[in-house]
Amino acid sequence: MSTETVAAKKSEALFSKRRKAIVTDPLDDDNPVTVQVLGICSALAVTSKLEPTLVMSIAVTFVIIFSNLIVSLLRNAIPQRIRIIVQLGIVASLVIIVDQVLKAYLYDVSKVVGVYVGLIITNCIVMGRLEAFAMANKPYDSILDGLGSSFGYAWVILVVAFFRELFGSGTLFDIRVLPEAYVNNGLMTSPVGAFIIIGIIIWVQRARNGYVEEA
Amino acid sequence: MQQSNGYVIGFAVAMTVILGGILSFTAVSLNERQKEEVALDTKKQIMLSVLPEMSESPKSEIAKVYDSRIQVVGIDGQAIDAAVLEKLDISKEWKKLKKNQPAILPIYKFMSKDGSSVESYILPMYGYGLWNDIWGYFALESDMNTVKGVVFSHKGETPGLGARIGDKEVQDRYIGKKIFVNGELKPTFMVKGEGKTGLPDYEVDGLSGATLTAIGLNEMVDRYLNQYKPFLEKGASAVSMAQ
Repeated sequence: MSTETVAAKKSEALFSKRRKAIVTDPLDDDNPVTVQVLGICSALAVTSKLEPTLVMSIAVTFVIIFSNLIVSLLRNAIPQRIRIIVQLGIVASLVIIVDQVLKAYLYDVSKVVGVYVGLIITNCIVMGRLEAFAMANKPYDSILDGLGSSFGYAWVILVVAFFRELFGSGTLFDIRVLPEAYVNNGLMTSPVGAFIIIGIIIWVQRARNGYVEEA
Repeated sequence: MQQSNGYVIGFAVAMTVILGGILSFTAVSLNERQKEEVALDTKKQIMLSVLPEMSESPKSEIAKVYDSRIQVVGIDGQAIDAAVLEKLDISKEWKKLKKNQPAILPIYKFMSKDGSSVESYILPMYGYGLWNDIWGYFALESDMNTVKGVVFSHKGETPGLGARIGDKEVQDRYIGKKIFVNGELKPTFMVKGEGKTGLPDYEVDGLSGATLTAIGLNEMVDRYLNQYKPFLEKGASAVSMAQ
């Protein structure tokens, strides 16, 4: 994976144009799910209801930001030859902490998302950001990059979950919104429904931005 | 930048020690709280097999009802020692059962509000689905024959397929089924395929796409109802005599 270094000027404003771009790029033009097509596994798996999806988004945000921060702080100390396993160790530890905290304080949610929380370790977005950004940039920029990437991931899976829960169960956050007469669409509760919705999101986004995959 | 081997090894060792320390600290400090949550959740599952309307109630409230209305007895009908009960782990007892070793088979008696009679008998169960463990609570009416309600749970069945054994809609299919046919124990059986109606009292509509989970489920129900058979038969004959 190539390393992107964004040249930083000395004494730069806290929210300079360059830094804003670090946060906003992954939300749309460089979205990890719809453009880079990473993290699809969890995007399909946890999005059948909004509540677990929200928890998953928060968990991923926490893991990306803190792993970005830690790796960025250690970027000059981490031996190049074992950097992947070091990153993996840091990510895995953060994920285990999230999992343990969920088990202690949000047991019901953890029963639903528990399996997938463990899989954050292998979420390509996390490792991707570490390799591509945190290893080469300063801590503050890395936190911003983490924020951008995780929000880019979060909004996509929340939109998917919104439609899946609405049409699959007729509810939003387990509160009934569609009339009882509505027959639940079984396709939406299965991962296939998520595929279709992500496909539609990608379609709409690319039609709007004119993004074309390089051959 | 190329570091020396010593540096690389030192870094790896230091990282392992630090991360290991942090993780064990987290695990130890949250352990107590996690155990409480698991205990509360078990109580909730037991209660939901007889009081499905409580599914939205806070867990503390469910635990209160549990404490006041559940009595636990062994298969011989005698109360189980509190110290034994506290450590009781159905999954461990299940492992003993598989090896044909004597195991503790608790029966959770759901008492009426004034505590004078038993409204329901709840039988805990444990087994193996397609990918991982499954377990459940099988509640029988006071006639020890009609199914009052069931709660199933699982560790890792496929979402949308086998995981549906955890859905209330699927569990409700068991309600009203009988486990005895002409005095013979015939554990309710989940059939292959879905959407069948007019099934006999000992068959339950199946899960399309989750046949292997259903087989595990059937095995579990079968094994446990047979284990509880002495208790159930004694109870059933006592009930029929009283009538």
